[in-house]
Amino acid sequence: MELTRRDAAAALAAVGATGGVALGVRRAGDGGTGDDGSAGGADGAAGDGEGDRSPSDEAVREAMAAVATAVYPDAVSGVESFVDGFLDGRLDGSAHAEGIRAAVAELESSARSWYDAPVADLETAERDELLRELGADTAEEDPHGTTAERVRFFVVNELLIALYASPTGGELVGIENPQGYAGGAESYTRGSP
Amino acid sequence: MSGAESVGNEGGGGTEGSDGDAVDRTPVPDADVCVVGAGPAGALVADRLAGDHEVVVLDAGPRFDPEDRLARQERAIRPFYDRPDVWGVGGARDAHENAGDWFYPLNHARVKGVGGSTLHWQGMVMRLHEDDFNSGSTRGVGPDWPIDYADLRPYYVEAERELGVAGASDNPYAPPREEPHPMPAFEPSYSDSLFAEACESLGIDMHSVPNARNSEPYDDRSPCVGYGTCQPVCPSGAKYDATVHIERAEERGATVIDRAPVQRLEHDDDDSVTTAVYATPEGEEHGQEADAFVVAAGGVETPRLLLLSDSDRYPDGLANGSGHVGEFFMDHLFAGAGGTLDEPTRQNHVGFYTSACDQFYDEADETQAPFKLEFFNYAGPSPVEMALSGDDWGDPLLDRLRDGYGDHVAMGGLVEQAPDADSRVTLADDRVDDHGNPVPRIEWTVGDRALDTIERANEIQVEILEELGADVGWVAGPDATGPAYHHMGTTRMSGDPDRGVVDADCRTHDLDNCWIASSSVFPTSGAMNPTLTIAALALRVADDVDARLGEA
Repeated sequence: MELTRRDAAAALAAVGATGGVALGVRRAGDGGTGDDGSAGGADGAAGDGEGDRSPSDEAVREAMAAVATAVYPDAVSGVESFVDGFLDGRLDGSAHAEGIRAAVAELESSARSWYDAPVADLETAERDELLRELGADTAEEDPHGTTAERVRFFVVNELLIALYASPTGGELVGIENPQGYAGGAESYTRGSP
Repeated sequence: MSGAESVGNEGGGGTEGSDGDAVDRTPVPDADVCVVGAGPAGALVADRLAGDHEVVVLDAGPRFDPEDRLARQERAIRPFYDRPDVWGVGGARDAHENAGDWFYPLNHARVKGVGGSTLHWQGMVMRLHEDDFNSGSTRGVGPDWPIDYADLRPYYVEAERELGVAGASDNPYAPPREEPHPMPAFEPSYSDSLFAEACESLGIDMHSVPNARNSEPYDDRSPCVGYGTCQPVCPSGAKYDATVHIERAEERGATVIDRAPVQRLEHDDDDSVTTAVYATPEGEEHGQEADAFVVAAGGVETPRLLLLSDSDRYPDGLANGSGHVGEFFMDHLFAGAGGTLDEPTRQNHVGFYTSACDQFYDEADETQAPFKLEFFNYAGPSPVEMALSGDDWGDPLLDRLRDGYGDHVAMGGLVEQAPDADSRVTLADDRVDDHGNPVPRIEWTVGDRALDTIERANEIQVEILEELGADVGWVAGPDATGPAYHHMGTTRMSGDPDRGVVDADCRTHDLDNCWIASSSVFPTSGAMNPTLTIAALALRVADDVDARLGEA
């Protein structure tokens, strides 16, 4: 089942960013990412460089899309553009956006330490292993907690809420109007499609 | 700003809400009316009076940014956040104690701020039944109200119009009404159609329920778009909340001051309230003077404020000549049961219910409380919430979601709690809030009549579920019941100054210019959700205040 940009917009609408932001408008992050998506820290250092504690928007997008391939079911396609569209609205300079950025930085740091490669360069199975070695599988989400708890909150659950609050994600489970998605006030009256 | 972590925790001293330095929180000169509390009662009073009078509304909580509602919805879905976190309840501002037989989760049960608890309510709006106003004489339980259904009936009509109620006239057990609801009822759900067959074979009637939620565009607000998170947040504005009337009151000239907790009410030697003393985020204390005062701070903070306002003249607290301020604290008790079918039930598309059964309500007597039954549209887990907890992801997670979602059914119900003086709100002895005021202490007790009635409701619920062919998985009976977050009874209404705090006009017996607009005036609670009655009483209070200001 293919995730569409409509799904990304719907997921954004579910979690606090406007649909208008979702489509094609990228905002400059603190790292100074330009409209063309090129990475570049405020000090001119490469945004995705090793040891960078504040990855650029582009680095965050790459890492999140890579993690999504591990935490999303095989049945969905179009993951990269879906995550990209979702993050268009999420990386908006908010406190939450900075939480995502910091959690991705820690995830990247672990990937480089343990696998000597950024998350995006790992095999899908290695991404899964990395998350489990961090403890993100057994951790309960906590935006102020341990690394595992913050990765669970800002990376894993960020991606899962995006998927399962979207119509396509809902349909995978049997609900085309999942909680969080403004799917109208008619579907509840109907039997299964 | 997007994201659950981009809104603050107001009660815990966060920065959300209007900034202290940008807002004028000084008193309004020459005010006619000071309203304490910007929930539905206070908002309706303020709106009704603002056109002809200088009105000031003081609220302890913030003015929430409508732009944050989606972020608050995310908080409602994510497992990290508890229910009070959605609207920033908690912390020193909202500290309280429990000292009764039953634990009362007060901060799950209220929201402080402009809009009050309608920000997180479900939006069900039934009228009380005629016998609810005469419980003492018709059921032998509690006092009669000093007013009848007929006294409130025209105000119920107005309240339904003000809130915007979607309903139908298909309920044979509802009290008489004179005109259709302002909007058509929501259509029955798919699961209602499953229940209907079972109920029909058992001779149990189902009917629609009135929702304070737009089934079509109304009052410049959106119809419901199916976010499915009604309780605790409606991002579309289809569900009524009291910001509607606060905004309208402001358009009519009222002044609304947020983050201004009233510390005490002061009085003169002629039994009139003179001043509401309130604090500001800047650490200042101001006094708002007015000719009339309306306390609309809910069933817990209203008696607390009166008790905090004790003086040499009123050593037991303001308006407490009867000694009943804080007593008779009541809530509705939940009774429920649920299970699974071997077919899809289409739950969790919306967060409200569309069918109910009031057939057994008026069987009430000394031993059986009135109760009503509800057919849920949100039985079982929501897949998106399930997805965020657990140690799986990928295909195993999807398998778990498919196993967990899709075939649940459930029923709920509310049961009346009889008034009991020992169930009460007092002031804590040695614990204070962020302004040094004693916090409320809740002593909640529930009597056998309510507990026995929960069992009766359970019997019917299980009978229906079994007729439906459900595998009954849970029953919320007397041991698992909880409150419906309807605080009532703590400044009861009575024609006799020795037996109640306010008179039939909701004006305090002891102070000539002080009214209470709240479910705290309910002498008995019935089993219907209280907000429509709160709204009707508030409109009636406004008329009385207006008339008396006109006489002055």
